Amino acid sequence: MKIHEYQGKQMFQKYGVPVPIGIAATSVDDAIAAIPKVQEQAGTDVVVVKAQIHAGGRGKGGGVKVAKTRADAEAAVKKIFGMQLVTHQTGPEGKKVQRLLVEQGLDIAHEYYLGMLLDRATGRVTVMASTEGGMEVEEVAAKTPEKILKEPIDPATGWQDWQSRKLAKALGLSGAAATAFAKFMPPLVRCYDEMDCSLLEINPLVTTKDGKVLALDAKINFDDNAMFRHKELEAWRDPSEEDPRELEAKKYDLSYISLDGNIGCMVNGAGLAMSTMDIIKFYGGKPANFLDVGGGATAEKVTAAFKIITGDPEVKAIFVNIFGGIMKCDTIAAGVIAAVKEVGLKVPLVVRLEGTNVELGKKMLAESKLNIVAAGDMADGAKKVVAAAGGKS
Amino acid sequence: MSVLVGYNTRLVVQGMSGAAGAFHAKQMVEYGTNVVAGVTPGKGGAKVAGLEQVPMFDTMEEAVRLRGANASVVYVPPPFAADSILEAAAAGVQLVVAITEGIPVRDMVKVKYVLERDYPHVVLVGPNCPGVITPGQCKIGIMPGYIHKPGNVGVVSRSGTLTYEIVHQLTSIGLGQSTAIGIGGDPVKGTDFIDALTWFNEDPGTSAIFMIGEIGGDSEERAAQFVKDHVKKPVGAFIGGQTAPPGKRMGHAGAIISGGKGAASDKIAALREAGITVAPTPAEMGSTLAKLLA
Repeated sequence: MKIHEYQGKQMFQKYGVPVPIGIAATSVDDAIAAIPKVQEQAGTDVVVVKAQIHAGGRGKGGGVKVAKTRADAEAAVKKIFGMQLVTHQTGPEGKKVQRLLVEQGLDIAHEYYLGMLLDRATGRVTVMASTEGGMEVEEVAAKTPEKILKEPIDPATGWQDWQSRKLAKALGLSGAAATAFAKFMPPLVRCYDEMDCSLLEINPLVTTKDGKVLALDAKINFDDNAMFRHKELEAWRDPSEEDPRELEAKKYDLSYISLDGNIGCMVNGAGLAMSTMDIIKFYGGKPANFLDVGGGATAEKVTAAFKIITGDPEVKAIFVNIFGGIMKCDTIAAGVIAAVKEVGLKVPLVVRLEGTNVELGKKMLAESKLNIVAAGDMADGAKKVVAAAGGKS
Repeated sequence: MSVLVGYNTRLVVQGMSGAAGAFHAKQMVEYGTNVVAGVTPGKGGAKVAGLEQVPMFDTMEEAVRLRGANASVVYVPPPFAADSILEAAAAGVQLVVAITEGIPVRDMVKVKYVLERDYPHVVLVGPNCPGVITPGQCKIGIMPGYIHKPGNVGVVSRSGTLTYEIVHQLTSIGLGQSTAIGIGGDPVKGTDFIDALTWFNEDPGTSAIFMIGEIGGDSEERAAQFVKDHVKKPVGAFIGGQTAPPGKRMGHAGAIISGGKGAASDKIAALREAGITVAPTPAEMGSTLAKLLA
């Protein structure tokens, strides 16, 4: 799960990680009202108006403006709110800005990059830092990998103060800034750990001319598997940032991702689901979605999954590809039959069943008299569904 | 011959009183696996319908002490699964197979750390995996038993259902399996490709290996290097997610192309460079390996 910058900063504040003074707003009026408040609290006229969307690259797309006066700030609010913000992460259609963060302007001395994520090779959460703040970290990693410093966190002892000192030294921090950095790190690491983050990026982390260290940005993703420990985070979910079908799928614990093709896929297992997309493309078709119904799905969940697929107007044919393990073929059959009874079936349906309780599943489908094209194996099913969807695209 | 599991395996089912645990415990017993105990806290002495012959205990310690168990399989729900894995290791089993899907990364980081520090000889397979099977001898996990056939191909896979797919294809063309290991799709896991490749390489009963990877991470690249340096047996491979868009997590917590890393094309190139034959589609995994053996 992803959250907005302002939400991330609220979380930082709760943990004692320094952030600039700022107020979030969900309307032009609220944002304009926030300007004098921020100016007064911060004791400066300079404010920054920042579009709140989940995608990165907002500054380059015109979603971040520095304003030196109240009038300039109001103009920036009016310009950014409601705009269709296009960045390298939004796709060409962009993303409508419906939330703003009005924040104090800072007297920045230097910008840094700070990130935390799991290093899979070591199995440890690792802090990454670089003096190249504000730049795309992927670009820094590709061009000058030596500029990215890494400090792994020991699962038993946690982050140690010497690691803060080592990083501060390597980043070229000294005096008040080095001290501030040493105070900045422990609550940040605690936040990552306690909140089950899967990615935390501060780009840029800044030092000010008066020796403070602050998080000027906050990009946080949470481990979806740990949501049972953080029910409060549900309130931070922004439905406008999510695909409506993906949202519907989430309600049923289904793993669904919208794609731009016309062949609906229902598969069990992530690997098989990805490979089903691969083989559809191999035979010249285009998948409309990735859908893993998972192992523990009930017939009700399968029904929900099937309805999500048939609800996509682009879908011209459906491929159900199941190799039952923990998932039983009869459960799939029951779910599909129930869904078709409820919403009908307007496009060709190709079904390939194999694995646990396969005979029972096939028998149920045959007795249901549904108009189903049976497939012998994956390749056979992929060829049949590509043909049914109107051939190669 | 085989690796990890066989006739000598004495298995405990952790979470046997739950729906998934009970269903698959029955399937394992039917397959011939020596299921010697079930463990669910608070259910010691109880009977699970259809598994009346398998004694239930509250703790792993009892299962090991009273039943001589040497392996366990975990069907415990995600919030309690990490605890169950560590309980099994502390009780003294040699192998823990974690089927549970959805264990938080934070929990697995700790599990992996404690296993490496305190129980270096315990093998963890998974989590979020289909399990391990030595056809005809011992099935631990959730894979459908009937698709397997005893033989000489070692299978290791990050994806559960693709493991079934390759095994089914191999069996259909008459190629049996020595052992099939599903290592699971999570970013922090126990057994990785290199562990399985090491065992298969040393196993006299394995004459060829098929590995199935997927997008995300770099364990396929590291495995490719290992094969190049150490493995003398023919190796076939397949990578799932060749058409997956970057930045979208494809179901498995580990399957995401991020920061320009983990793409299928890089993995396929590394595998080919190591002399591994890569199947062009998931429907041609079995035939790809058959050609290597012809």
